[in-house]
Amino acid sequence: MKNNIAVKVDDLTVAYNYKPVLWDIDLEIPEGVLMAIVGPNGAGKSTLIKSILGILNPIAGSVSIYGKSYEKQRALVAYVPQKGSVDWDFPTTALDVVMMGTYGSLGWIKRPGQKEKKIALEALEKVGMLPFKNRQISQLSGGQQQRIFLARALVQDASIYFMDEPFQGVDATTEIAIINILKELRKANKTVIVVHHDLQTVPEYFDWVTFLNVKKIATGPVKDIFNDDNLTKTYGINYKVSIQE
Amino acid sequence: MDITEYIKLVFTDYTLRTITLGTAILGAVTGMLGSFAVLRKQSLLGDAISHAALPGIAISFLITGAKDSNVLLLGALVSGLIGTFWIRGIIKKTHLKSDTALGLILSLFFGFGMLLLTFIQKQPNANQAGLDKYLFGQAATLIESDVWLMAIVTGACLVVLLLFWKEFKILLFDADYTKTLGFNTKFIDILITTFIVLAIVLGLQTVGVVLMSAMLLAPAAAARQWTNSLGIMVFLAALFGAFSGVFGTAISASQNNLSTGPVIVIVASVFVLISFIFSPSRGLLFKQIRFIKNRRDLQLHKTLAFMHHIAKTHENISHPHTVKILNNFQGYTRSTLQKLVHKNYVRLDGNMWSLTEEGFKTASNLYNQQSDNNE
Repeated sequence: MKNNIAVKVDDLTVAYNYKPVLWDIDLEIPEGVLMAIVGPNGAGKSTLIKSILGILNPIAGSVSIYGKSYEKQRALVAYVPQKGSVDWDFPTTALDVVMMGTYGSLGWIKRPGQKEKKIALEALEKVGMLPFKNRQISQLSGGQQQRIFLARALVQDASIYFMDEPFQGVDATTEIAIINILKELRKANKTVIVVHHDLQTVPEYFDWVTFLNVKKIATGPVKDIFNDDNLTKTYGINYKVSIQE
Repeated sequence: MDITEYIKLVFTDYTLRTITLGTAILGAVTGMLGSFAVLRKQSLLGDAISHAALPGIAISFLITGAKDSNVLLLGALVSGLIGTFWIRGIIKKTHLKSDTALGLILSLFFGFGMLLLTFIQKQPNANQAGLDKYLFGQAATLIESDVWLMAIVTGACLVVLLLFWKEFKILLFDADYTKTLGFNTKFIDILITTFIVLAIVLGLQTVGVVLMSAMLLAPAAAARQWTNSLGIMVFLAALFGAFSGVFGTAISASQNNLSTGPVIVIVASVFVLISFIFSPSRGLLFKQIRFIKNRRDLQLHKTLAFMHHIAKTHENISHPHTVKILNNFQGYTRSTLQKLVHKNYVRLDGNMWSLTEEGFKTASNLYNQQSDNNE
């Protein structure tokens, strides 16, 4: 099953100023995995996602989604940005934000209609936010805002999901709700790539992992490569996995 | 002059009609576009653009030697756009923050503009008088063709807004995400910015370089207080802007010699002040009232919980207790007790109180659903 390569990154190098943030990244992500990208602050985790999605311009390198360029395969890809990247006091409702997930398939000018609304309501239901559909987004808790973002991506009905720290600042209930949805996506043979900070939960949540610290340290199945050696190489300190398997 | 007389005059007097229409349209279009500027946290962009327009006015006068307002405004448009793109360039290419970039461009262009104005004033040309009206604006110089121009730009702006509504909204909320959906965010961005520059330039003759940004921000800031919907916010901002224009013109026309631009800006600021205080959901007044009411409710619940605590040690929940016990409880007052009686939670019999069935039930369920409410 895991023979198809969903995402392939070649020689990707990104720099903001002089120093590269990402250096010569080669990465192959097989279809149907739930992958964590881990690494210390400033390792370029978010940058990697943003470069794959064309939000940032890399200095060199190429990205392909199922063998074709990202621009051609955009419809197959959904993105969940960091919650803190937007202003939640924006005058709009939860349902409206989720509806934005349909804008891509609608294209220019065309407005969302009943069909799009129905899709959005279904996604809200899936993340358990249907009762809050008409809530002004500033009146949602951090966990609820994160679920709204997740619902917006679900609306896109993509094959590959990129998520930037979806567990940041959410409580245990939301974390479980989110991870259950991610596991459901994997069951449907979708590929999910998550920037993740909590090393403790990696073996429990994910089956694939990429260690990143400007350079790619390692990538592969969690059970094979999630070990002290790679953690030490990535985080620079002598790291001991204190996790009970 | 009374109001009916004034309204009659608005319809019959050419100058007054032109100014009223002009300022109303100007207020509407700047209010509309100002909503976008405010939501993008680019409130100061308007200030920078209007100041950046000044050298354009001076240069087009130097080149043409004529004071045709359309030619001057074209110059203002060009230099306003140059200023805007320099600001964007500075933010993108250097480590400077946007406020620094805005401040730099604002003072650089304004300084250069003032330099040119003083230079023009020293020229042996009788035509130069009156260029300084662009500093503070002079609505009295509006003529019908100016109003037509404003109306056309406003119409075009409205069409673009309706066509690209969805694109504007999503770009304002989440630009990166918009990009991943395949929209050309640069195009949408330039479209919004160009219209903002256009609206500002149109207002220079009426309101002037210095005060123009208030026209952009005040109606939008006021409108934001009343609604949580972008569409209604834009509509309200346009309405507030238009009314500021009409009222401002009326006040300045009826009180002789009051300069129209500043009066319009002050009227718009009054809209802001009223909105900040009296808006039901975001206004200071109701927020404070809600805060006080909430505190009282909590005190009431706290007292009820205290009573419940005592009552539940007895077999009969309605066993009477003396009021004196409550004095030990901080937060208890006579009036809270009265309120509890009023709500039928507590029965009062002389100096003895007892919980009712309902009161007991309410007290035992208090804040059990708290986690549901918050999550």
